[in-house]
Amino acid sequence: MARDDAVAPERSLRLAVPPVAAMAVVLAGVVIGAVAVGRFGVPLPDVVRILTSRGEGLSAADQNVVLYVRLPRVLLALLVGGGLAIAGAALQAAFRNPLVSPEIIGVSSGASFGGALALLLGLGTTVLVGAAFGFGLVALVLVFAVTITRGITPVLMIVLAGVVTGSFFSALVSLTTYVADPYDQLPTIVFWLLGSVASASYGKVLIAVGPVLAGTLVLLLLRWRVNVLSLGDEEAAALGMRPGRTRWLLLTAVALIVAGAVAVSGVVSWVGLVVPHFARMWVGPDHRVLLPVTFLMGSAYLILIDTLARTVTAGEIPLGVLTALLGAPAFFVVLRRHRNRIWDDA
Amino acid sequence: MLELAGVGYRYTRWLFRDVTFSVPAGTVTAVLGPNGSGKTTLLRCAAGLLSPQAGAVRRSTPAAFVPQAHQSTFAYRVVDMVLMGRVRNVPTFATPGRRDHAAARDAMERVGILDLAGTPFSSLSGGQQQLVRIARAVASGTRILVLDEPATGLDLRNQGRLLTLLRELADAQMAVLLTTHQPDHARYLADTVVLLLGPDDVRVGPATRLLQDDTLNELYGIDIGAWPGSAHRTAERPLS
Repeated sequence: MARDDAVAPERSLRLAVPPVAAMAVVLAGVVIGAVAVGRFGVPLPDVVRILTSRGEGLSAADQNVVLYVRLPRVLLALLVGGGLAIAGAALQAAFRNPLVSPEIIGVSSGASFGGALALLLGLGTTVLVGAAFGFGLVALVLVFAVTITRGITPVLMIVLAGVVTGSFFSALVSLTTYVADPYDQLPTIVFWLLGSVASASYGKVLIAVGPVLAGTLVLLLLRWRVNVLSLGDEEAAALGMRPGRTRWLLLTAVALIVAGAVAVSGVVSWVGLVVPHFARMWVGPDHRVLLPVTFLMGSAYLILIDTLARTVTAGEIPLGVLTALLGAPAFFVVLRRHRNRIWDDA
Repeated sequence: MLELAGVGYRYTRWLFRDVTFSVPAGTVTAVLGPNGSGKTTLLRCAAGLLSPQAGAVRRSTPAAFVPQAHQSTFAYRVVDMVLMGRVRNVPTFATPGRRDHAAARDAMERVGILDLAGTPFSSLSGGQQQLVRIARAVASGTRILVLDEPATGLDLRNQGRLLTLLRELADAQMAVLLTTHQPDHARYLADTVVLLLGPDDVRVGPATRLLQDDTLNELYGIDIGAWPGSAHRTAERPLS
């Protein structure tokens, strides 16, 4: 029975739909729940009424909190979490390495520098976001320029170029913090670098939505090619695919997502590393299912963590700190329990 | 089907030069030579993965190349591995459709691994993994199959199964080109052999004529009569 099921032509569709649908339902629940909870509680039915624009008769305060305070923040966490998670999953396949995260190709360091520089120069939010995005892409172009050769670029070369580019921009970030005014600018820059969606607004959502969704769409369209790419260049070429071209397409999509995410939320680490592993343990390594599930799971994960960040203490715990504090031990436990199951002794 | 005319490849010095042979549909050609003689390079030229610096390669369809075994990173199921053979037939921004799944199923059936379809590739034995790689090549729909040392690392039973399978694929009008270190395999399987004795000494001919003791002595620089492994061949046995 397992046998016929496994080879039936409709199989991929049948297997893909339940996990994706289940995760979408979970995400919808998380969104509604996250909008409802906080210092100023709004009852769940009211939240649903407001979100479906049937909020007449409810207090203006309720509507304000839901539509203009919490919803943009939740939407921003949705975009950033989902984008970083799917980017991480795609990179882990492209580099055939479970420890790869979006930070590895240097784009987040580039984007951090852009943002820090804008804060140092006292420029406004629009410039900050633009500079972060712009320098993120500059980092990708640098990686391109360093590795460009005739024929196929070895994966190791790309990783090295990414690490070098990342270190270079990290040094520039350090320089920026060093010269920043310690009473005024420095705290702002450090807090921004920690990663947060606390300053969310519809403006930021609008800025992030373009690059994050465009990059995500490209990755989703490539989802089956990602399987082939993950076999390694030699085998992919033997099957008749051009691995170099596919990989650069993938890297560009990832850079768009990361630059967009860092621009609006700073450096939120660990999401791109941890969430793909959780998703893979649930649905297996086939990227046709894995990539969409990873996006939805990353969104739900970051919304949950951000809700914790703003509700557990009176002050705000920076999001990037929480993702690392919770992500690292959870990752450790799951890896111990599942080692050798998903990866071939890699 | 597959024709090489005056093919030569050099890194710094010529690895081989002026190699001319053809693999018609329904036949098997085996390439033999010592380590480092350029067997894999010749195969990659034939499959279109390398461009030779001299000569020309003609293929009636794109070739399916089965590289030497190496580890895969993710534990894909067998059916998903075989499906990846369809990559030439699926547009860049698409996923495999009904016809691709049907082709993968047919290929698994032909190779005799349909019962493994749902098993993770990484949990298979080396012999089974090699069968999956061949099914993946068959699934691509090509008529030209190029295999780099397909029997390496397999036990006698699996070697027999592999040789039988390759013979069947050739009998079904595929053109099969492979490298091997085992003259026995070439004897059993190949219609034509290509011997890489040196850069300017490449011999092509029927297996029965070329695979004699004196040629093998010359090819590997040994005395095959005194070679320790030759004892088992005193009583000729079929391989499968």
